Amino acid sequence: MIRMKPVDVVIVGFGWTGAIMGMELTEAGLNVLALERGTYRDTSPDFTYPHNADELAYGIRGDLFQPLAKETITIRHALTETAVPYRQYGSFLLGNNVGGAGIHWNGQHYRPSPEDLVFESHNRQRYGSKFMPDDMQIQDYGVTYDELEPFLDQFEYLCGTSGRAGNLNGEIKEGGNPFEGARKREYPNPPVADNYGAKLFADAARSRGYKPFPQPSSNASRPYTNPHGVRLGPCNLCGYCERFGCFMYSKASPQTTILPVLMRKPNFTLRTQSHVTRINLDNTGKRATGVTYIDAQGQQVEQPADLVIVAAFQMHNVRLMLLSGIGTPYDPNTGKGVIGKNYAYQMMSNVTVFYDKDVAINPFIGAGSGGNQIIDEFNSDHFDHGPHGFIGGGYILGGQTGGRPIQQLLLPPGTPGWGEKWKRAAKDSYLHTTGVQSHGSVMAYRDRYLDLDPTYKDSFGLPLLRLTFDWHDNEYKMTRFLTDRAQEIADAMKPRQTSQTIRKAGDHYDVRQYQTTHTTGGVIQGASPETSALNRFQQSWNVHNVFVTGASAFPQNLGYNPTGLIGGLTYMSTKAIRETYLKNPGPLVQA
Amino acid sequence: MNARSRRRKGGGLIRAVVVIVVLIALAWLATLVFRGGGGNASASAPAPNDDLIKQGEYVARLGDCAACHTAPGGKPFAGGLPIASPVGTIYSTNITPDPTTGIGHYTYGQFERAVRRGIDAEGHTLYPAMPYPSYAKASDQDIQALYAYLMHKVAPVEQVNHAEGIPWPLSMRWPLTYWRWLFAPKVSTVETAATGDAALARGQYLVEGLGHCGACHTPRAFTLQEKALTPTDGTDYLSGGANDNWVAPSLRGELASGLGSVNEEDIVALLKNGRSERSAVFGGMGEVIEHSTRHMSDEDLAAIAHFLKTLPPARQENAITYDEATRKALTSGNVGATGAQLYVDNCATCHRTDGHGYGEVFPALAGNPVLNGPSADSAIRLVLHGGTMPVGRDAPAQFSMPAFRDRLSDQQIAEILTFVRASWGNRGDEVRAPDVSRLRDLPPTGHPLMTGYDPRAAMPAAKP
Repeated sequence: MIRMKPVDVVIVGFGWTGAIMGMELTEAGLNVLALERGTYRDTSPDFTYPHNADELAYGIRGDLFQPLAKETITIRHALTETAVPYRQYGSFLLGNNVGGAGIHWNGQHYRPSPEDLVFESHNRQRYGSKFMPDDMQIQDYGVTYDELEPFLDQFEYLCGTSGRAGNLNGEIKEGGNPFEGARKREYPNPPVADNYGAKLFADAARSRGYKPFPQPSSNASRPYTNPHGVRLGPCNLCGYCERFGCFMYSKASPQTTILPVLMRKPNFTLRTQSHVTRINLDNTGKRATGVTYIDAQGQQVEQPADLVIVAAFQMHNVRLMLLSGIGTPYDPNTGKGVIGKNYAYQMMSNVTVFYDKDVAINPFIGAGSGGNQIIDEFNSDHFDHGPHGFIGGGYILGGQTGGRPIQQLLLPPGTPGWGEKWKRAAKDSYLHTTGVQSHGSVMAYRDRYLDLDPTYKDSFGLPLLRLTFDWHDNEYKMTRFLTDRAQEIADAMKPRQTSQTIRKAGDHYDVRQYQTTHTTGGVIQGASPETSALNRFQQSWNVHNVFVTGASAFPQNLGYNPTGLIGGLTYMSTKAIRETYLKNPGPLVQA
Repeated sequence: MNARSRRRKGGGLIRAVVVIVVLIALAWLATLVFRGGGGNASASAPAPNDDLIKQGEYVARLGDCAACHTAPGGKPFAGGLPIASPVGTIYSTNITPDPTTGIGHYTYGQFERAVRRGIDAEGHTLYPAMPYPSYAKASDQDIQALYAYLMHKVAPVEQVNHAEGIPWPLSMRWPLTYWRWLFAPKVSTVETAATGDAALARGQYLVEGLGHCGACHTPRAFTLQEKALTPTDGTDYLSGGANDNWVAPSLRGELASGLGSVNEEDIVALLKNGRSERSAVFGGMGEVIEHSTRHMSDEDLAAIAHFLKTLPPARQENAITYDEATRKALTSGNVGATGAQLYVDNCATCHRTDGHGYGEVFPALAGNPVLNGPSADSAIRLVLHGGTMPVGRDAPAQFSMPAFRDRLSDQQIAEILTFVRASWGNRGDEVRAPDVSRLRDLPPTGHPLMTGYDPRAAMPAAKP
């Protein structure tokens, strides 16, 4: 075993939250080391035009994702089944290398609704405990929207998020999201211009009495210099966002917002090809002494540190906590234990909207987030759920993120999969098709969780993470309701034809179908060590010098994309570390 | 022909050879006897103090010493940077205070003679890659400060100087003495025409002296000396030169290809941050910005810009007037002009169909002086090998232009650049395929596609 010189802080995983932590803690004067199991990469030379727009390499073969042959997740639908490995990308896409999933995200940059953060108490208060099924175990974050607002703002100004405020200091603003929590100031950039599909959607939504608004987007609408002095380029709606690196320096990522400053700091070190396998504890089990990792040569290395930040992808955070024996593993039979608890996902549906040749959608004009229009009437608790028998919801999006030839070629129902007729349909439809999507929440349940797999191991011989997950009735009802609303708007768009993709009651979770990469939970934050792994500052209740960032902290999944909330929670944590923890290391919240 | 006449002929040849050898020997002896150059090798420096050392650190920035005297990945000022010259590769020397391999044994006088007069401690004349003809203008005070800094602040590094890669007989140093006698100016501080304008005087001092801008931006004669070292030498001064196949554009007042249409504020922005609202710095100048100009005070940068703007044009040119025709044609789908379709496919995504680019991210091509100058070499190199902006003082992000070498043929690149040089009002000449072929296989300098903080940049460069 090689033993390295101690550092003040070791960060496990160098994606979004690792980079934020690195920046904030080096600013505090600490000596920070980030360990990333992948390799270094940057806009240039790794995502340069036109090589970045290689759909086969990135969209299909997933060159930016974690290689599943080395490590994957095993999946089963129920406690009684044997889980099998996820061997080919479908349902969700795991990030890899420097920047993590912050490279291949779309830039859909939302804030939570205020009630999302107090979801259990809010719903119980409004609808009563009986409204929710017995096995649903949703919880509050231990943080309110007003407490989090400055940190959500901080992350948006880092990213140069483009959008239009709908609620400025309590005043509802025309053209923004009237359902959002109050924001203290406008978005740093105006919205990206609408694509044509989005415009048709917004017109139809308005005709039905909804209040559409531009999707908040971390695809910068214009060149922007963030508070670190780092400048981003403007989005040109090239259509290669999700699954791709951005060649325009426009999509916010650690590389385009933080690394130009952080990488040059003398008190920051990045060590790539360093795969952390364990957080080490002292003999009391209450304090971490550092981490052990495997380097590029396959050697075990011990890295002592005073503070350990677990900032890997959600699933990897859970696995590292389980492998390190921090916190009690969750037991689905008793509902006790916290590590692995409350895994959740999201549920989407699609209405594809086909026009005749007189309507030129030109779908190649698209961006991961910029240029699309949203309605938020049916998200969170923006409407009375009483008559509908479910909680949660989602936003409905109109427009398209691009017109990539393989994955975004939308064909009318009944088109054969190949041959002359397929070709003709592809030619006839390509320029004249757009979509309406619903993007819905998934609640947490007693039997939906993560633990270590008893059968399968990774290339180092360590057990894989096992995911036990399937849909529950609440989500089938939610998606039916949202999809009906989406269909109504799609019909009002006066298309020639539409087609619908929806998960119906009884459909199992299908890992072959991509929905979102928004997997959450497993190291959740909350108000009590009995029910959560972390306190409101994302600090481990058990080991005070371990902080766990990212969507693993979400007690259940909301209807929005998670990144905005992840950034906000991380900044809140960094402030607590800088201003309170460093002066007096110990629990920031008394259990 | 009989044997006698053969012998006579042979005798003539021998005599000629003897005469030449004797003349060369005399010439050589002359350089030993009449070394010249002035200065006092045994002069000593004033006692160093913190202020002087600090000033010296700044002088080292002004003179951009580290750019040449630090090798990529090497210790500061320990030398070893290969520098291509017409006679072969020379290597910069160790100027750390190490007593055996560096300049630790140099007296102040020896140091002064090296920096301002081009003569090392052993009396050899330095290769004029060392810009002593410019440093000759530096003040005693600045040279004393520089000496104090190098001797007392820079960490000594034991690193033996790299042998020069120049074949005999070109490797003989003494002929350089003649070059020095012929071309090096006498040591004296800058004579300025500025009266009562302190900023102008300071600007001229920096540009002519420590900044040694003319080393690249002034054309050189066949014998490699700069054709002018100061404005009073004529309009050749800073009228545009070349370095390592990059075009160093004119810094004089030409309205299209010089600085005539660039205001002082933008010149300062370029020197400070490597980018301005309409321009960006690539190629060799990037290193100058990283190592030197971004560290200069705002006053000094303003002074430099102020002085440059006083230089009248060497060539009379009309200003570039923006012409809407290109934008109108491209946005209406008219790509009939040669190179237009290639431009739209490869370039317009960043530089836009209107040629304006995006401020401080992707430079404007419309009206860009580099595209309106006589040589397209810089633009060709940039398209072939790509490039990355230097890090600026207030601009940490380094944007890159991709390399199109593997994607576009010489003919295609020539067509694109011909289009770019003739669009939006630009008036650059046509670029032909052989112009591109000539530069295609040049080894790229460093890592043109990587930022300075990319850990992979510390690894050896891949061959093109």
